[in-house]
Amino acid sequence: MTADPDIQSKSWWARNQMRAAPWLFLAPGIAFFAVYVIFPIFQSFQISLYRWDGLGEARYIGVANYEQLFDDPAFYTSLMNNVKWLVLYLLAIPGGLFIALFLNQQVRGIRLYKSLFFFPFVISQVVVGLVFAWFYNPSIGLLNPMLDLVGLGPMNVLGNPNTVTYGIIAAGLWPQIAYCMILYLTGLNAVDPEQVEAARLDGAKGWKMLWYVILPQLRPATFIAVVVTVIGALRSFDMISVMTNGGPFGSSRVLAYYMFEVSLSEYGFRMGYGAAIAVVLFLIMLVYIAFFLWRMWREEREG
Amino acid sequence: MFPTPVQQRSAAWQSTYAALLPLALVLWLLPLLMVALFSIKPDADFTQGNLWGLPSSFAGFENYTRVFTDSAMPRYLLNSVFITVPTVIGAVALSCMTGFALGVYRFRGNIWLFFMFVAGNFVPFQILMVPVRDLTLEMGLYDTRLGLVLFHIAFQTGFCTLFMRNFIRALPRELIEAARVEGVSEIRIFWYVVLPLMRPAIAALSVLIFTFIWNDYFWAVVLTQGVDTQPVTAGITAFNSQFRAAYHMMSAGSIIAALPPVLMFFLMQKHFIAGLTLGAVK
Repeated sequence: MTADPDIQSKSWWARNQMRAAPWLFLAPGIAFFAVYVIFPIFQSFQISLYRWDGLGEARYIGVANYEQLFDDPAFYTSLMNNVKWLVLYLLAIPGGLFIALFLNQQVRGIRLYKSLFFFPFVISQVVVGLVFAWFYNPSIGLLNPMLDLVGLGPMNVLGNPNTVTYGIIAAGLWPQIAYCMILYLTGLNAVDPEQVEAARLDGAKGWKMLWYVILPQLRPATFIAVVVTVIGALRSFDMISVMTNGGPFGSSRVLAYYMFEVSLSEYGFRMGYGAAIAVVLFLIMLVYIAFFLWRMWREEREG
Repeated sequence: MFPTPVQQRSAAWQSTYAALLPLALVLWLLPLLMVALFSIKPDADFTQGNLWGLPSSFAGFENYTRVFTDSAMPRYLLNSVFITVPTVIGAVALSCMTGFALGVYRFRGNIWLFFMFVAGNFVPFQILMVPVRDLTLEMGLYDTRLGLVLFHIAFQTGFCTLFMRNFIRALPRELIEAARVEGVSEIRIFWYVVLPLMRPAIAALSVLIFTFIWNDYFWAVVLTQGVDTQPVTAGITAFNSQFRAAYHMMSAGSIIAALPPVLMFFLMQKHFIAGLTLGAVK
């Protein structure tokens, strides 16, 4: 037997590294991600079929948690508020575009202006929540004196079940508009100047130009803006927790908050019921995740 | 350029624009300016109803000093640092490797693994809450900074992998091929060829993750309690109940709590925006 000396002298690693290397590099990341993200998703599905206080024995109760969910008015309030969040939060996209168009100039100091318009996004949602809670506060907030100037009556935004959710959404829009603005500013930077000039020669301007020439070129920015805004809307938790604790009378709860409250409230831990709420939230999100992955898959095949 | 540069417009429009800019900025930042004003007012201004006027005396120095001397705020800030910095290092390190593996090698299941990371990154936290809390309890890491760090590293790996993989995809493949022809091992290619090229991505990602983790509130309240472990986002609640209705103190405390990521942003602006807007341009 005359084996190729070259092959024999090479170690296993040298011969197989092309196949082994990717898995070696992936192993720690996959391990972490599987333990903390992937398995827990399935575990939550399972826990949602049990009655469990988090300490004692879990008891299998089938879909009873889900049945209870359908009779729970607090669940419907939360779900409705999630819909409000989803719809109104999307206003961040035209809002961000508007500010980006306003700031897309080359005058002195404009860079600083852009930074200052953007930086609310960097502040933690907890602090944004506090800042707006004080801003709305009927006794010390600036909102009511301002309303007074334009002849509108005083209002207690966060104390009124009819306005509280809108008040929190408005606070949430503040950093989100900043985020969309920066996406669009980057997009506008990359707009093809020749196309703009050509369209101008054809007499396009203003809204027509924006709609037919600029917006199509901003499509990647718009896509990302939609994705991050939808996710942000469904994740809303911090502000509700800080500004109202879900109140008054639970009127500002969303699914994410209600789930937390049910699972870890002082009135006893109801992990199974909480998990059922989380599953519903997850299924809503899954629609968007699937859409996003589908688009990415299409792009990968083209590229 | 769109819209038309102001320089090409009438003089009247140019001066209108110049006046609109600062006005719009003040309106935009109004709630924050209100809190900033509160934070430099003395206590007396609130009891005497001088809410919006100039401070009767400048108490900014005193208020901000008290945040550090009369409360647990320094502890919370320190906890935030000890949670945020290891998470940044861990998540960036893991995702350099996963991004390299998914961006460079062609193998079966590559795209599905990539999609797993991307999808996991979009999952609502709540679906993870009960099992992760339980797991952390079982490992004896509940109410420790390490427990929080481990989870953050794992979760951030999703977003970081997406980011790194797309970045590596855009690098010139010829460099890697050339090194292979030379007989350089894959590990050395990663370390000596690819990693140096990833520096801008590492910088951008570090700044972003720093901000995300510093600002986390949900996991802080789920996995920690108390002054020994909680980061500043959760600690601010305790701070506010300590200074209940003392708006000058609460304002100063909030500004301190929000400041580190803001500083990070202004210092590392280029990297931050590059990271945030990746993919916004084709």
